[in-house]
Amino acid sequence: MEVKGIYIKGVKNEEFKDTEYLQKYYVEELQQNGSNIVIGALDDLLNWGRSNSLWPLTFATSCCGIEFMCVGAARFDFARFGFEVTRSSPRQADVIVVAGTIVYKMAPVLKRLYDQMAEPKYVIAMGSCAISGGPFCESYHVAKGVQEIIPVDVFVPGCPPRPESLLYGMMQLQRKVKLDRFLESAQKSKKRRKEAVREIRENDGKLK
Amino acid sequence: MELKEKILKRLPDAGFEDAQYPTVTVEPDKLHELASMLCREEGYDFLVSLTGVDWGDSLGVVYHLARSGNPLDMIVLKTATADKEHPQLFSVTDLWETANLNEREAYGLLGINFINHPDMRRLFLNEKWKGFPLRKDYDASPENNPLSIESEPFSDKLRSLSFTTQGDIIEKEKELFGKEEYVVNIGPQHPSTHGVLHFRVSLDGELIRKVDPNLGYIHRGIEKMCESMTYPQMLHLTDRLDYLSAHINRHALCSCIEKAVEIEVSERVEYIRTMMDELQRIASHLLGWSAMCMDMGALTAFIYGMRDREKIIDIFQDTCGARLIMNYNVIGGVMYDLHPDFQKKVKEFIPYMRKIMKEYHQIFTGNVIADERMKSIGILSKEQAVSYGVTGPSGRASGFSCDVRKHRPYAAYGKIKFNEVLREEGDTFARYMVRLDEILESLNILEQLVDHIPEGPYQAKTKPIIRIPEGEYFQSVEAARGLFGVYICSKGDKSPYRLKFRSPGLSLVSIVDLISRNEKIADLIAIGGSLDYVVPDIDR
Ligand code: SF4
Repeated sequence: MEVKGIYIKGVKNEEFKDTEYLQKYYVEELQQNGSNIVIGALDDLLNWGRSNSLWPLTFATSCCGIEFMCVGAARFDFARFGFEVTRSSPRQADVIVVAGTIVYKMAPVLKRLYDQMAEPKYVIAMGSCAISGGPFCESYHVAKGVQEIIPVDVFVPGCPPRPESLLYGMMQLQRKVKLDRFLESAQKSKKRRKEAVREIRENDGKLK
Repeated sequence: MELKEKILKRLPDAGFEDAQYPTVTVEPDKLHELASMLCREEGYDFLVSLTGVDWGDSLGVVYHLARSGNPLDMIVLKTATADKEHPQLFSVTDLWETANLNEREAYGLLGINFINHPDMRRLFLNEKWKGFPLRKDYDASPENNPLSIESEPFSDKLRSLSFTTQGDIIEKEKELFGKEEYVVNIGPQHPSTHGVLHFRVSLDGELIRKVDPNLGYIHRGIEKMCESMTYPQMLHLTDRLDYLSAHINRHALCSCIEKAVEIEVSERVEYIRTMMDELQRIASHLLGWSAMCMDMGALTAFIYGMRDREKIIDIFQDTCGARLIMNYNVIGGVMYDLHPDFQKKVKEFIPYMRKIMKEYHQIFTGNVIADERMKSIGILSKEQAVSYGVTGPSGRASGFSCDVRKHRPYAAYGKIKFNEVLREEGDTFARYMVRLDEILESLNILEQLVDHIPEGPYQAKTKPIIRIPEGEYFQSVEAARGLFGVYICSKGDKSPYRLKFRSPGLSLVSIVDLISRNEKIADLIAIGGSLDYVVPDIDR
């Protein structure tokens, strides 16, 4: 599969500009050894479902949160793309949109929220505050980007980003999800675990 | 001045200054006497703002006092202690309740201990935070306070200092919650706290016994950042304080600076600013209304409110180029001239909004469930509103006439007719209704202005580097949530020595405990919605 072949409803493929990353890490690395036809097909089916029902967590710390609300409301309406409803509990959410500044006191809370979400989970960093501290990067109490706290899948720049750019970022996330190899990587990690266990046994219970 | 003589009679060594407002300086041990005289005898019952300042060789506090009858006829008190190791001043919480959180803020950021304060915990920063950021010698290197993802336990010990009869200072400790109390956490991530606010609520069955707000989850240190920025640079930070009153906050800072350096702005600018402020107020009240209704379970109302708010945003977008954070006011004027379609769009918007307001009332206000949840719930009396410094729609719902636009008209407010919306009940419903009525009032203001925008330059010529003459300046405006004030203390440099934003939000959050006691836990959400606080405005 290639990045080009991913179908996102309503948007032409050429309109997505940032594909190098997906191509390099998702397509080339993940699928380097080819894939099993059955599992691959199952994965595609799963991804189709997952990517079209990514439910975000209701999470906003500051200004960007208002724009996030706007995107959820009538005019922009991310439900059109499958971000159906925002969930108030992290346990029911698939994606956390970090909308707003993250300060030192908030960092442990954000980490805990992320930990409470069920796998597979995704993170969108919305706005320059979440990317780098933005206008507040000089401040004594502001974290310089959420990637210091949790791993980020998509960055959406802006202060605040326009709703269109947030939608674009969310679709990029959908493309990423569509390239995921969920079952396959589960199988591979199973295989890897088995190998590791065998190795440990061979070494009389000691890790190398 | 009559008052001056009275003060001098009582305290012969008080110092007087005639700055922008009459200023009295006293020794720390005399402060409480003077404050209680002003509060109890002279009627200065409204503490507008309390600012801790590091004067270099001493640590001090500046109090802006006003009478509730005329909230802007102010007097300034100043005091300072030279002991920087163990700075101790007297608390004024017994006179003005709003001093409570403000003194805790001064303790957290400057390390000033207040004697007789019931609860000396740090307000924004963690207890373990090293150093006091607003001090001039604060070491901001990240090694001191590294970013940590380990949760830190809260301190529940209320420390208080008081005098014994012998005159020694003793420290007492009290537990915030008793062992038998049942405490529930609401927030920091909770959809109904409008941001990252953390309440710890002690419950007795369904009834609330005590609420302890835990702030600082979005404390961005804006005031400290301002101290190292030039005046034109720091403007953009105001938009991000209370982003729903972005224009209005920035208006306050711009006009404070303009007054200090005596820049004249043209009449056109005043009209534009006034109109933008009112549009912003409508947008903010709409969002407040939608969010409150959504918290109470009416999702349709949220969709309606956001839909109509987009119409205002379109108007902003044409002229300012942005939707939420507009960065429109600049020192001496506004960034761009009005878009040619501005008048047309505003004129279309006014009748539309009037019509849709009726619909709002139909779908939500008259609803029996909504009524039951709002009427006679969370009552705030006028005296409490004054003492806690609650301004804006929430204060006016309790009958506290505090509209800055009326009492000290700025920009074009002096030239138009409008009513201050006042109610007496002080309950959730009154706050809700004041907000909706204010939308109509703002529409009236817009209607009076939109056809008479005078011609003229939209920006005065200013120097790239602005130096404010030495002195202290205070400017207040009516933001969507209440009195927003800017206090600048300048030493004649290109950046301020100390800059403080008096945010309406801090007062709003301080009354949550007061008005939600003995209400049901579910009503806390409606009360919070009706107060309509914006958390970055509280934490700054
Ligand atoms: S990026 Fe800008 S708009 Fe977004 S939270 Fe930060 S300051 Fe606010």
